[in-house]
Amino acid sequence: MATTSKTVPGASPIPGARSFLSRLREGDEIARMITFLFAASVVLVTLLLVFELWRGSALPRHKFGFAFFRTSVWDPIFDQFGALPFIYGTLVTSITALLIAVPLGIGAAIFLAELAPARLSDTLEFFIDLLAAVPSVIYGLLGVFIVIPLMRLYIQPALKSTLGFLPLFQGPAYGVGFLTAGIVLAIMVIPYIISVSREVLLSVPRDQREAALSLGSTHWESTWKVVVPFARTGIMGSIFLALARALGETMAVTMVIGNTPIISASLFSPGYSIAAVIANEFTEATGDLYLQSLIELGLVLFLLTFILNGLARLLILVTSKRGSETALA
Amino acid sequence: MHASVRPAVSVNIPPIVTNAATRETAAALAMRMTVSKVNFFYGTKQTLFDINLGIAANKVTALIGPSGCGKSTLLRTLNRMYETVRNARLEGEILLDGKSILSQDVTALRRCIGMVFQRPNPFPKSIFDNVAYGLRINGSKVPLSEAVEKSLRRAALWDEVKDHLHKSAYELSGGQQQRLCIARALAVEPEVLLLDEPCSALDPISTAKIEELLVQLKDLCTIVTVTHNMQQAARMSDFTAFLLIGQLIEFNPTPQLFTTPGDPRTEAYITGRFG
Repeated sequence: MATTSKTVPGASPIPGARSFLSRLREGDEIARMITFLFAASVVLVTLLLVFELWRGSALPRHKFGFAFFRTSVWDPIFDQFGALPFIYGTLVTSITALLIAVPLGIGAAIFLAELAPARLSDTLEFFIDLLAAVPSVIYGLLGVFIVIPLMRLYIQPALKSTLGFLPLFQGPAYGVGFLTAGIVLAIMVIPYIISVSREVLLSVPRDQREAALSLGSTHWESTWKVVVPFARTGIMGSIFLALARALGETMAVTMVIGNTPIISASLFSPGYSIAAVIANEFTEATGDLYLQSLIELGLVLFLLTFILNGLARLLILVTSKRGSETALA
Repeated sequence: MHASVRPAVSVNIPPIVTNAATRETAAALAMRMTVSKVNFFYGTKQTLFDINLGIAANKVTALIGPSGCGKSTLLRTLNRMYETVRNARLEGEILLDGKSILSQDVTALRRCIGMVFQRPNPFPKSIFDNVAYGLRINGSKVPLSEAVEKSLRRAALWDEVKDHLHKSAYELSGGQQQRLCIARALAVEPEVLLLDEPCSALDPISTAKIEELLVQLKDLCTIVTVTHNMQQAARMSDFTAFLLIGQLIEFNPTPQLFTTPGDPRTEAYITGRFG
């Protein structure tokens, strides 16, 4: 639209009728081709990834078939490989992390965007961005030296004595386990949720808030009933970013989860996650079937992320059906 | 600033009462709001200088002036919306029905003084929920659907939306959205309705509809509208205030201000010599 009103010397007087060559000369076509190539490379890399994981896992796929997903024995000596405990561990730790991180992260984002003085908000944002950039092995150390002892000595006994009737909080307090991994993951993903949610909340148009205020809303009512719903899609985006990070986190999880392929209802139990088992066993995997089973685990993790992302998008689509900023365009 | 400003100020303090042509009607006019000696600051920058103004009940009062003259700022002092801006400060007194608005609870005050904004800004909710918003937060006793219908009828939107009340407000056209915003403001039955250039983002047909609507709404509430469109002020308002760089230059009944302006600067502005 905008370019057609621009008069270019030598160009055809009829907008849209300019030849491919003249567009090429002006650079539009070159820019289009180059940027298209960049965009296409994203798809290419993804496809290549899936292809390699698929090809590399041929042996266990043929030997175990769908049983790979259903069985929980992981025994390299007898060549028995089942992914269930790892899938379970990945899901449980990620969900635990989100249950902790989402309320905290969104609450903090609301404070920073809506209630805190601008200077405090900007200062805190600096630290939050810093936290998001801390390498995960550091969080792992934090987990090993602070979270695990705290869990073993105080938090797990306290949970057991208060909520011990729930199967979630039963069993011996090892310190390591699903809950500890979930907490360390929560600490890691909170900065993402805060940072993205804060940006989204700050970008809600002023007049939305003012309209709510002008109807006699209190500051909190305008925030909770107008500003936050307006920003809902973006806030959900921050949660999915956090989920993606939690699903794939390797180092920090493997340092605190206990690295034992167990499926247990108790969050106190040690467990294992897909990313952790790949990292731990890849170098010592002897035999093709063992190695290829690990590669298939990679494929499973990829699929898991893919499916959860798809569900997340579906959720946004369904919840924003009745009137949302997606219709703003 | 200059000495020449002084006579204008003396004209605008008691304009309605002293003006011979309107004395008889002026006596019958009740003032809904009174603005006296208002100075306004953003930080250290003063944007309104000693404003004195009476807003007559059940009339349309228009605030006109070139960009940056302070007309929107003045409007936003009337429901204390300026308080959402950091470092904003007001000196002086503003009365609503004889009571100072500055000492009232601000949410209660804003329930009495509705506001419509420059750009249509419906909430990302259904048409129904937009109108019901104010009723819900204020715990209305009236059944919601009745109250929503009443407000939509008053905003002349009912016939166009009655069959799809649960569609997103964003599916409406710009003019319809703005009337929805008016309905949303009317739903809480405000005494005063403030409009900040309500038609500046709309096409001429939507603009005409809204102007007509506002004139009808006079019976329900007192209307204060900011506009940069002088023809619009002339068409729909009963009183017009002309502001220039933060000063109230002239405040008079609209026919008088546009036919026999009392200040050379008003005349220069309305004849299009600047602005």
